[in-house]
Amino acid sequence: MPEDQQQPERLDVDAILAEPGTRIVVCCGSGGVGKTTTAAALALRAAEVHGRRTVVLTIDPARRLAQALGLSALDNNPKQVKLEGTAAAGGELHAMMLDMKRTFDEVVLTHTDPKRAEEIFANPFYQAMSSTFSGTQEYMAMEKLGQLRSRDEWDLIVVDTPPSRSALDFLDAPQRLARFLDGRMLRLLMAPARAGGRSMFNLVTASFGVFSRAVQKILGAQLLTDLSGFVAALDSTFGGFRERAEQTYRILQDRETAFLVVAAPEPDAIREAGYFAGRLAEQRMPLHGLILNRVHRIAAPELSPEQSLAAAAELDVEGGSPLTADALRVHAALAEQVVREAEVSARFTVHHPGVPVVPVAAQPADVHDLDGLRAIGTSLAG
Amino acid sequence: MTGKGGTGKTTVAAALALALAGNGRRTLLVEVEGRQGIAQLFDTEPLPYAERRIATTADGSEVRALAVDPEEALLEYLDMFYKLGMAGRALRKLGAIDFATTIAPGLRDILLTGKVKEATTRTEGGRRVYEAVILDAPPTGRIGRFLNVTAEAARLARVGPIKNQSEGVAAILRSPMTAVHVVTLLEEMPVQETADAIAELSALKISVGNIIINGSQPPLLTEGRVTQAELKRGLVAAGLPADRETVAGLRTEAEAHLTRRAVEEGLRDELKALGRPVVELPSLAGGVDRAGLSTLADTLRQRGPGADTLG
Ligand SMILES: Nc1ncnc2c1ncn2[C@@H]1O[C@H](COP(=O)(O)OP(=O)(O)O)[C@@H](O)[C@H]1O
Ligand SMILES: Nc1ncnc2c1ncn2[C@@H]1O[C@H](COP(=O)(O)OP(=O)(O)O)[C@@H](O)[C@H]1O
Ligand SMILES: [Mg+2]
Ligand SMILES: [Mg+2]
Repeated sequence: MPEDQQQPERLDVDAILAEPGTRIVVCCGSGGVGKTTTAAALALRAAEVHGRRTVVLTIDPARRLAQALGLSALDNNPKQVKLEGTAAAGGELHAMMLDMKRTFDEVVLTHTDPKRAEEIFANPFYQAMSSTFSGTQEYMAMEKLGQLRSRDEWDLIVVDTPPSRSALDFLDAPQRLARFLDGRMLRLLMAPARAGGRSMFNLVTASFGVFSRAVQKILGAQLLTDLSGFVAALDSTFGGFRERAEQTYRILQDRETAFLVVAAPEPDAIREAGYFAGRLAEQRMPLHGLILNRVHRIAAPELSPEQSLAAAAELDVEGGSPLTADALRVHAALAEQVVREAEVSARFTVHHPGVPVVPVAAQPADVHDLDGLRAIGTSLAG
Repeated sequence: MTGKGGTGKTTVAAALALALAGNGRRTLLVEVEGRQGIAQLFDTEPLPYAERRIATTADGSEVRALAVDPEEALLEYLDMFYKLGMAGRALRKLGAIDFATTIAPGLRDILLTGKVKEATTRTEGGRRVYEAVILDAPPTGRIGRFLNVTAEAARLARVGPIKNQSEGVAAILRSPMTAVHVVTLLEEMPVQETADAIAELSALKISVGNIIINGSQPPLLTEGRVTQAELKRGLVAAGLPADRETVAGLRTEAEAHLTRRAVEEGLRDELKALGRPVVELPSLAGGVDRAGLSTLADTLRQRGPGADTLG
């Protein structure tokens, strides 16, 4: 890296995990960068090294990682992970895997009487929405976080975020969903003449009539009936929904929360991390740093890539040291990758010079047991 | 083209569109996720909702691209049957179109696949306009629902244009005209999702084409164990520094490389066991530029879906 390039401050993960005032750590970032792995590794470290009673909320973990945490099925309630005496005094690790449908059901149940809840559960629109609607997973992750926080049973909650392509979905989806649930558009669609009202232009009001008739024809009377049944049943509880979403939003802005953006040193992930960092700043949500996951390192810094390739070619001609020649080519390829990764990662710091960064070494194999998570944790702590 | 997000669906779809064009045969590359991935890849302005030439092959054949916007597609569709006229834009501004496509995700998928069907079967002077249509489809987690249009339509109106349209689309998707290729990396989660998607598509009777391993890296070290003694001798012979740290470092790197390759070999075997033809595309060291796309296209033409189709 050129001398004049700005070096970011190093992110001190242990300081965040050890600080009693930190109650929530949110790991976000674009899909596949290692959010779930990092969240689990941070939670394990908080329990084992810092003696904190910790719960990790994972979302769609890789199958083998889930098994390692004792999460063989969706459970929706935290279960303690056995640490067999490795944890510091007071440290405990609890883990859970988000079940979005069940979380949605719970929300409905807490906000309405059992009879009405049954009606909602039986509604085909509710059934489709609670399991497939885009945005439901993000909304329910927020909801679950709110629930865990209000139970106040843990020193620290570590939250993984859904595997959406864009990290921003985590912040945007809940509000989008709330907008659809508030029924205004639906009322427009079902009774355009009335709802169109005075404030709208006539052209729009008139076309809404055409539109709503067309949409009713296409979607079918059944879907709209289901939908309006759903919204009507929800109407009484809706205040609760929106309030809760807003409450969780406020928790996210609180100083007890630490956001960590996870990115791999690849162009797309770094770009997303940049967007996300900008957005957190806009929303006044506390971004503590960037975790640069799966970074490669060279172990033989004395050898430059050019020198290594030239020597490998020479050894090929001479014969007699084929393994060394191969090892030198491995080294050269790795060294070139390290340079590329550093260039890509530097783009983040150019735009967000004040955000501390910590690299996590790429492990040669996937991470799916507690030892693997410990290795990530050690790498995180530097 | 499907695959776990980030495995290279857009890149490979574009490479296949290039591979299948040629000898005056034109191809169409379609994206449906509103991400403007094609424009980013070819480094152009965002694509409008219209078919535009995006590349030309060496012999002058065209690759066209289309970014289908679900809201536009719904407006176009409504206009066809119900004459919305100018008011469409206003409705869109109000969020009404977004609402309609959101409360009925199945409707959105039928409109998107319907557009692909239309382009695929379009003729001009008795000839197909496109030799092939390559769809940069939703990722593995959503592909089954996306392509299972008849089930989606069943939730919507029982009669009317949407029902007819979905039946037409379903017929094409299950005909020999269609194959779903799955892009993966040699990493655990994408491989798992590949297996899951193939099982799901097979159950839906939608035919799976190739498994495409993207970003494949050649093994640089094929032999078994690398000892420090041997490395030390080699480094001395090459006149390079042979201090303890360098020797140990080189050995650590070699071992990590071997571990990685062993993991990849296991994953490759898992993919082969899925019973579909497997083709590998190299990792392009300099990232994906036009030259890199041509390299990928050449491989697909020789060994991939391009070879099947061109016979
Ligand atoms: N530092 C690392 N080194 C090697 N593999 C990693 C590392 N971090 C994550 N992985 C692997 O990458 C894959 C994706 O990680 P995951 O945490 O599930 O990502 P996300 O939750 O962001 O989608 C998993 O198979 C995981 O084991
Ligand atoms: N064969 C390859 N070699 C190097 N980089 C690649 C290759 N294929 C894809 N990429 C890069 O990987 C990233 C993801 O690819 P993309 O096609 O956008 O994936 P998807 O559409 O599945 O999300 C992009 O930055 C792309 O340039
Ligand atoms: Mg995850
Ligand atoms: Mg894409």
